[in-house]
Amino acid sequence: MRSELFVQYLISGLIYGSIYAAIAIGFNIIYNATGIINFAQGEFAMLGGMIASSLAPSMPLAVAVAVAVALTAAAGIAIERVFLRRVARGGVLKMIVMTIGLSIVIREAALLAWGESIRTLPFFSGNEVSSVSFLGAHFSPQIFWVAGAIALISAGLSLFFKFTLVGKAMRGCAASRDGASLCGIRPDGMVTLAFGMSAGIGAMAGCVVAPLTQTHYAIGSELAIKGFTVAAFGGLGNSVAAVVAGLFMGMLESFSIILIPEAYKDVVTILVLLAVLFLKPSGLFGSRTAGALKEY
Amino acid sequence: MRRYFPVVALVLFAFALPPLAAATKTAFLLTQATMSAYYALASLGLCALMGYAGQISLGQAGFFAIGGYASSFISTRNLDLLASTPFVRLLDLAGLLVRGTDSYGAPLLSPSPWVSCLCAVLLAAGVAALIGTPVLRLKGHYLAMATLGFGIVIEKIVRGTKALGGADGISGVPAFTILPGLEVTGGRSARSANFTIAWLVLALGYLFLVNLFGSRSGRALRALHDGAEAADAMGVDTARYKLKVFILGAVYAAVAGILLTHYNGSIGPGEANAMKSVRYVAIVAIGGMDNLGGTLVAGLALNFLSLRGVFGSLDDGVFGAVLVFVILLAPEGRLDLFRGKARRTISGGASRGAQS
Amino acid sequence: MSILAAQGLTRSFGGLRAVDGVSFEAGEKRITAVIGPNGAGKTTLFNLISGALEPDSGRVLFDGSDITGLKPYKVARLGLARTFQAIKLSRKMTALENVMLGRHVRSRAGFIEGMIAAPWTRGEERSIREESMRAIELLGIAEYRDKETGSLPFGIQRSVELARAIASEPKLLLLDEPASGLNVRETKALAGLIARIRDRGISILVVEHDMSLVMDVSDEIVVLDFGKKLAQGAPREIQQNKEVIEIYLGEEDA
Repeated sequence: MRSELFVQYLISGLIYGSIYAAIAIGFNIIYNATGIINFAQGEFAMLGGMIASSLAPSMPLAVAVAVAVALTAAAGIAIERVFLRRVARGGVLKMIVMTIGLSIVIREAALLAWGESIRTLPFFSGNEVSSVSFLGAHFSPQIFWVAGAIALISAGLSLFFKFTLVGKAMRGCAASRDGASLCGIRPDGMVTLAFGMSAGIGAMAGCVVAPLTQTHYAIGSELAIKGFTVAAFGGLGNSVAAVVAGLFMGMLESFSIILIPEAYKDVVTILVLLAVLFLKPSGLFGSRTAGALKEY
Repeated sequence: MRRYFPVVALVLFAFALPPLAAATKTAFLLTQATMSAYYALASLGLCALMGYAGQISLGQAGFFAIGGYASSFISTRNLDLLASTPFVRLLDLAGLLVRGTDSYGAPLLSPSPWVSCLCAVLLAAGVAALIGTPVLRLKGHYLAMATLGFGIVIEKIVRGTKALGGADGISGVPAFTILPGLEVTGGRSARSANFTIAWLVLALGYLFLVNLFGSRSGRALRALHDGAEAADAMGVDTARYKLKVFILGAVYAAVAGILLTHYNGSIGPGEANAMKSVRYVAIVAIGGMDNLGGTLVAGLALNFLSLRGVFGSLDDGVFGAVLVFVILLAPEGRLDLFRGKARRTISGGASRGAQS
Repeated sequence: MSILAAQGLTRSFGGLRAVDGVSFEAGEKRITAVIGPNGAGKTTLFNLISGALEPDSGRVLFDGSDITGLKPYKVARLGLARTFQAIKLSRKMTALENVMLGRHVRSRAGFIEGMIAAPWTRGEERSIREESMRAIELLGIAEYRDKETGSLPFGIQRSVELARAIASEPKLLLLDEPASGLNVRETKALAGLIARIRDRGISILVVEHDMSLVMDVSDEIVVLDFGKKLAQGAPREIQQNKEVIEIYLGEEDA
């Protein structure tokens, strides 16, 4: 294969892999704090991009992105407090169905608000035609923003969970709700924080790739299932593994065009998902408890 | 026997509504009412799996599509060119083929809809048995995701395969002759008869499930809902029962898909869509999860309104919103929209008391 | 004549030996109690016997056959029934329906037969109902039979679970802390009940903390400590066993 083609596929894999990784990280944070899987995760990425695209014309891009992230984080918090908290004691089945319902409602609300149009954001640096070249392939410098965002998110989260009091409190809650509350930590507060963070991270990812992939009211569901695949693949709850798994999945999808028709490209992800679930539910790097699923 | 009441009601409606509709000049509503019955049938199958046995499936639309596509594919195969081969002559002798002419007047020799129906049901049951074993070992969210994945794979397959009509699906699906003179078909003249057929099929499906849940196997299934440990300790082979009810749900969806396809005369990849699966789940949840009657009413009502276009372009949104709203109303206890508020408050209060 | 024999049962979790080489026999048509301080391995032992857990080593012989490592549903079909410390009833089924589930091993009607309400299953269904009502009446909970168990008081739920186990007409009944959560009066009633069950020919193995119940009703007591069997004998012997007293009360000061 010619090197430019290879690099194109590689870059494309990196871009999509990064967004899948970000969604997966969002899944992991919520899973660690609550034991549930938030089917609405993909919608956060969608909201981030869409909100930013509406704000971008009227303010500096950085501000638009920041506001979009903040608003989406707020939406995540609202969802947790208004809907999920009340359903928590009804059992896992109810919570699953609730997050499914919420994801639909958010999507349809987006349809109402923005219609079916495909929207985009301006490039963070340069414009549509600026490009960097590498091994004969040309790509947009936006790639660096994407890579940078993912690196920042991962590093930031690691530091947060390792060194800050709040981060450690969240880890405590993840390990044992009762133990944590005995230490004076409010598990409910941690859950709310988890949702806020997940939503914000998803929104950030949505913004950063929007100039490259555009955004659209319906992208949430596909992102959700791919993000979940990545999370499960790396091991539910393990965010470092999520990044690795995400990039891998992105590449896999990108290069799969060599072997199979484009129409079946999405099937690749599903097959990976089914393989993971059937063969090794705890994922590549997950613990046995990840395979067994937590109790909320 | 209060639980048989819906069966009786369905049979009554099956015969009483068409003349009523004719008299009030609302006969055009019968078409959507017929389709709603088939969608409700698929929801009933899911209710048995999800509401009673507690296994969530986001792949019900996949089985619906397998049923519809398989039946339409087989019944639209024209074997005329192979008419002289021994295999085809054998089929003909066995009475499994029907003759006709296509729209250009050329001869048509196809498997009879009974054959295609049987094959489609067996296929759906077979697929369910195949994927059920690994899938049902999963719990909760993993099960939901695996079944969702299954549904998506089915959709991609039917959408991407030329032989299955690709994005346009299969059309020209022949009428399904149940008895001489009684056909499942979309023609105007058969509209009343088809309404009756659909609602009778629905009544029968409902009857089977009510019987099941009042029986020994039904108790075993229901015991699965709160966790398999107790059922296990009482001698129930939980893995086998889960698989059986999974196959049951798949067969219900497939039958619904088959009949609807023959009624409409066509099927498209949209029937396998994940959103359709979510709708089935929503209907079961709105109906009260383990409430067969509730699922029936929700299935008929919501599908009818949706098909009539009452929800407009927010169709999916309405299902989602009602779902969220309904779960919110009864976050801890049972959702008794269809059983009266009083009972819910009593059982909700008592169970809280019992846990202290 | 022993209905159950544990031979060298051992099970570890991670580094912890929950059950360590435990061997004992439970006599037929007798009540054998397993006691010991918290963490002594009693519930793990139960789970090893009922098939909920597999032993790392050792054997379980039930009524002459080796049931080591058999799945719980198979063990149940051989005539071993159990109750759970944390009540495991189907909350949305009525008390009667829960008890009827107990008859599952004594009946045969299948899935399809259930769906079509096959006429030949009516007799069986009637007998299931009758036998279940007998168990319910034995436990004195007939007034609750059509109530959903999720809404019943704790003590009644315990009785329902017990009725369910009895309805399966087991040869051996495993009771996991049946007195837990009951008051003094209820515990006394339970003791009488357990004795009545034994008198019907059902052997009983009970794990219990409540000493009054144990002393009251047991024919034989097995004492566990730190996963090992410390002593076995008649209640009076155990009461006077110095080591047993020590583990419960600590060393006697001189």
